[in-house]
Amino acid sequence: MFQIRIHGRGGQGVVTAAEMLSIAAFIEGKFAQAFPSFGSERMGAPVVAFCRISESEIRVREPILEPDVVIVQDQSLVSTVDVFAGLKTGCVALINATHRDDYIDSVAKKLQINVHYLNATEIALQYVGRPIPNAALLGGFSACCPHIVQLKSIKDAIFEKFSGSIAEKNSQAAERAFEKILEVDDV
Amino acid sequence: MFKQIEGSNAIAQSVALCRPNVICAYPITPQTHIVESLGEIVRNGDLQNCDFINVESEMAALSVAIGSSAVGMRSYTATSSQGLLFMMEAVYNASGLQFPIVMTLGNRAIGSPINIWNDHSDAMSVRDAGWIMLFAQTTQEGVDLHIQAFAIAEQLKIPVMVCVDGFILTHAYERVFIPKQEDVDAFLPKLVPDQFLDVQNPCAIGAMVPPSDFTEVRYLAHEKYCSALGVIEEQSSKFGKIFSKKTYGLFEEYKCDDADVIVVCMGSVAGTLKDTVDSLRGEKNIKIGVVVLCSYRPFPYEKLGKALSKSKSVIVLEKAFALGCGGILSIDIELCLRNTETTLRTVIAGLGGREIMIKSLREEFLRTNAQRVTFLDLKQDIVDQYCKKLSA
Repeated sequence: MFQIRIHGRGGQGVVTAAEMLSIAAFIEGKFAQAFPSFGSERMGAPVVAFCRISESEIRVREPILEPDVVIVQDQSLVSTVDVFAGLKTGCVALINATHRDDYIDSVAKKLQINVHYLNATEIALQYVGRPIPNAALLGGFSACCPHIVQLKSIKDAIFEKFSGSIAEKNSQAAERAFEKILEVDDV
Repeated sequence: MFKQIEGSNAIAQSVALCRPNVICAYPITPQTHIVESLGEIVRNGDLQNCDFINVESEMAALSVAIGSSAVGMRSYTATSSQGLLFMMEAVYNASGLQFPIVMTLGNRAIGSPINIWNDHSDAMSVRDAGWIMLFAQTTQEGVDLHIQAFAIAEQLKIPVMVCVDGFILTHAYERVFIPKQEDVDAFLPKLVPDQFLDVQNPCAIGAMVPPSDFTEVRYLAHEKYCSALGVIEEQSSKFGKIFSKKTYGLFEEYKCDDADVIVVCMGSVAGTLKDTVDSLRGEKNIKIGVVVLCSYRPFPYEKLGKALSKSKSVIVLEKAFALGCGGILSIDIELCLRNTETTLRTVIAGLGGREIMIKSLREEFLRTNAQRVTFLDLKQDIVDQYCKKLSA
């Protein structure tokens, strides 16, 4: 079973991201479960959503304490929420950030996790016209973890959740983010 | 077909497949998405011959469902928590008047203190109201049970409440099989009410019953209610045949054959419990099993007693409790275990949305000195502090 925890703020599409990720896994014939942390939703408040992906039926319903991947939709959360909690050696953190962050780098070194930075808000603004980084981050996720879901499934999931030009734009953002992650990793 | 969708949406699609004539909608978290989805289905024209009625309160939601049921219409509504309490008078009327209404209860804690999250306090508050109460383990079961609920309700003329855990099921995306319309039509015949309000053929429904007859009315209602156990089993196996799936009727037994300990639960915690049981069997070699109760009302005393008394001890894991008393489900389980050697204890868990973790369950089930009632993951230091203050 592969477990993903998504941190963000109310209004950033955190819950929708987990849902789309589960749809992408479903499209690939896998079992998936997505659920929010069930807070009182408020714009800007820290929000957590979870996604489990498995080759077999998923029965457990506890929140994910030991994720394989965390996706952080807002860099500013790192100072207030322990977004890296439960990550083990070799796990992945995908962070929406405008720049590398010394604190994050030091945590990554200590925990021996792989951090990927992605300026997903910039990509969202460029392609979608709104600072909602979820689709871009899912594109980035599929570049970090192609064995879990492929970019094509992410794009199909975006088209299942949205329609028309909104789906098209978010799909482009996901694709751009996918390329960005690969470019950076080549360096 | 299989879909990856939100639990509420899946349940709404399932209700729509049952072709209700009247849907009464009033929003309350966490049930709201169900009636919202149904509103969309009706607006899109995907459900014909259906009036979607926005009412002004939960009291009105069930009262309108009672009215529409009285004129022979298949009627549905949904609610949660305080909403259920607000419609309480109508809850008793629906069953007393023998109207086959189906209602979804998106289970949520009852305030005060206000809490929007899941537990079973709301369901427990209507356990004696004469409704059949079925609990779903998964969204898939929620979908399947709603279709069976209409069949059971209409066969017996008893309203059915399908309980689905708020948020945990209503707001989770999962793979769900949504049946084909023709299969649902084959399973669920058209509603043919044998008595309904009709201006051409006037009759009275719900006349006053004096002391000379009230006991008999209640006795007959009880007899019919008890017969529901058989009907629930019949409909469950009929459903299994038509939809080619394994069904279990009143309750599911998981790894109980050789179990020394059986944990009894209702609702969505079943999956987490099954994983817990597997890990305890694998790593600690403990013979432990799970019984997941679907039909809470009517309560299958005889069959459940037989299933549970095979074990040495029973742990009832419940998401509600009665102040000053203990577990509510435990009272019925205790009755099941009368005159047997099997011991019973209660674990209260998941109150007001507190997460139920496998790690905590493992520790709890491994305890040897547990009291009659324990609270999972209770912050003992904090309650001790307050208890000290109280006694000072």
